[in-house]
Amino acid sequence: MKLHRAEEIWLIVGVGIIILAMVFTGYQAFAHGMAPPSGMETLDPQKVDETAPFDNPGIFEVGADEYEVVMTLEAFRFNPNEIEIPAGSEVHFTMTSKDVVHGIQVIGTNINAMVTPGHVQRISQKFDTPGEYLVICNEYCGVGHQMMAMTIVVK
Amino acid sequence: MDLAEKNVFHHKITEALGVNAKDATLSLTFLVVSFTALLIGGVLGLLQGLNRAGLFELPAWFDYYQTLTAHGILLLLVFTTTFAVGYFYAALSHTLGGLLPKVRNMGWIAFGCMVIGVVFVAATIIAGEASVMFTFYPPMQASPWFYIGLVFLVVGIWIAAFGAFINVAHWRKKHKGQHIPLLAFFATGVFVMLVFGSIGVAVEVLTLIPWAFGWKETINVMLSRTLFWSFGHTLVNIWYLTAISAWYVAVPKIIGGKGFSDALTRLVVILLVILNIPGGFHHQIVDPGITESWKFIHVFMSLSIGFPSLMTAFAMFAVFERTGRRKGGKGLLGWFKKLPWGDVRFLAPFIAMAAFIPGGAGGIAQTNNQLNQVVHNSLWVVGHFHLTVGVTVALTFFGISYWLIPYLSKRKFTPQINRLGIIQTILWTVGMLFMAGSMHAVGLLGSPRRTSYTTYGNHQAALSWDPYLIFLAIGGTLLIVAVLLMVYIAVHLMFFAPKGKTEFPIAEQEADAYPAPKWTERWGLTIVLLIAIVAMGYVVPIIEILDVPGSPPFRTW
Repeated sequence: MKLHRAEEIWLIVGVGIIILAMVFTGYQAFAHGMAPPSGMETLDPQKVDETAPFDNPGIFEVGADEYEVVMTLEAFRFNPNEIEIPAGSEVHFTMTSKDVVHGIQVIGTNINAMVTPGHVQRISQKFDTPGEYLVICNEYCGVGHQMMAMTIVVK
Repeated sequence: MDLAEKNVFHHKITEALGVNAKDATLSLTFLVVSFTALLIGGVLGLLQGLNRAGLFELPAWFDYYQTLTAHGILLLLVFTTTFAVGYFYAALSHTLGGLLPKVRNMGWIAFGCMVIGVVFVAATIIAGEASVMFTFYPPMQASPWFYIGLVFLVVGIWIAAFGAFINVAHWRKKHKGQHIPLLAFFATGVFVMLVFGSIGVAVEVLTLIPWAFGWKETINVMLSRTLFWSFGHTLVNIWYLTAISAWYVAVPKIIGGKGFSDALTRLVVILLVILNIPGGFHHQIVDPGITESWKFIHVFMSLSIGFPSLMTAFAMFAVFERTGRRKGGKGLLGWFKKLPWGDVRFLAPFIAMAAFIPGGAGGIAQTNNQLNQVVHNSLWVVGHFHLTVGVTVALTFFGISYWLIPYLSKRKFTPQINRLGIIQTILWTVGMLFMAGSMHAVGLLGSPRRTSYTTYGNHQAALSWDPYLIFLAIGGTLLIVAVLLMVYIAVHLMFFAPKGKTEFPIAEQEADAYPAPKWTERWGLTIVLLIAIVAMGYVVPIIEILDVPGSPPFRTW
């Protein structure tokens, strides 16, 4: 099996691009902590209301300009379903689903995560610009899926 | 008679008699189902597209999510799979000197199983018992008969695959020391992928059935998702491998050229078969339950699938350039003008290849973890697979139909049909450009997939998506015209075109081509490597999600 010289060059360039993509992705993920949300803790999806911290969903100040949002997702709502925080806040979301598979996406940010029953999912985001951010469920979850939304108000 | 002579003799018989009538009926029957699925799936696609753009209200007895579930299953599962089986059975019949009677019967049993499966699945969706999308993620629970329908579909696919293996093995026994014909080699690769790729989903569905009947209380959601995607992604590449078989084998002949290196083509097939299955993980990049390190390892596993496609890109343009220059094309790009642009049997697959340039690039972009997080579950993804499946695969399948159907029905491909075909190809391409283009753009802005029309309480961000969605509706409207035209062409070529003989185009090799090495015929080795790659990709991540607490069923529609 013999490759034409031009094909060798083409494949070397192609493999180079693929390796470059991997280097960038790996560098961002592990040197800058930008890896995709990958919550590893589990819980019993039938006992969400009795399991800490989801027995008390809400917004908690955990430091200077730093908040934790403990959130449950269920057809077809987020709880809490209103979040108000000052501009410049770093927000850590801790989430789980009480029923089917949901997804959370905050439009205009990098928040995009699957929230599945049985797992605790985590994602963080710094909100610098004031505004009213649209939060939607982006995984089909039933007949009212298009109504599953809320807003995050950054003041 | 020695082997070579016997071969020539066989070839002469097929030349004289044309296609075996019994084999032709089998393949044509698969194609009839395929184009029926295209017609119904296309109409449903238009309806949900118009609804999504806010232009059309769907009735409560057949709502948006039912429409979308049926559209997805009919076009992604039924249209593609029945076409692939019909096409490859015709290819085996043609290149191996007819199907064995036993294999032909297996083909019919496979067909029966698949039809029963489709009927179960369609009936439960229409009854409103299975609005779960083609991904049917638990713990959303459809009627058990929906999952039983899926079992029939998978069993049908397996029977078709083993039929193909038997025919190929028989030929190899009779032709010791020879390479199987290239198109039969592609068929073997596709059926190996179908069998191994569907093991995961078969295990998933077999655990879902007792749960759906209520015999088992809970289901492991993450395990089901992971098993589903081990199949979901492989299926995509099965269509792709089916499409490129025609690019390598038929297209060079149609343009009056010679095939690209036989040896390298076989290497592409082997690489695609070995590397594919772990690609499924890139559908789970923002899932919980899979560690950051494994997600990074899987960037490599997914991107490695791009390598054989880079080889294909080179091969195609090499064939085009060589052929164009032989026809007198001068200068750097003169050969390009010499290609038969007025022949739809070339035009359709050419556009299919061209669409794979942005389609493949988009795929490479979105498999990189952080970039995936930007577009995951947005309409970008839907735009991506309308470009890859909707253009690259579908237009190639149409391109194949222009010669495959008249070859099977012993009719002629007329200049009138060629002209209609060119109109069809242009309409389809423009429609898909509108649709996939606007989906990519609005997806980047955050508009979600699988969501009926909503403005989220007139939120400004959601309102800004509406203009893009209008383009989606325009694309969908052009596409339905193209679907109707294609179905008309298919029916015409099956039953009404003038009687005659149409050739099954198979390109010859260049005179100075290198022979393929012997190891390319060692399927056992290929399968061992496939299993090794699957084990590398899956064993540890699956162990990590084996004991996730289970979920009871929910019916949220």
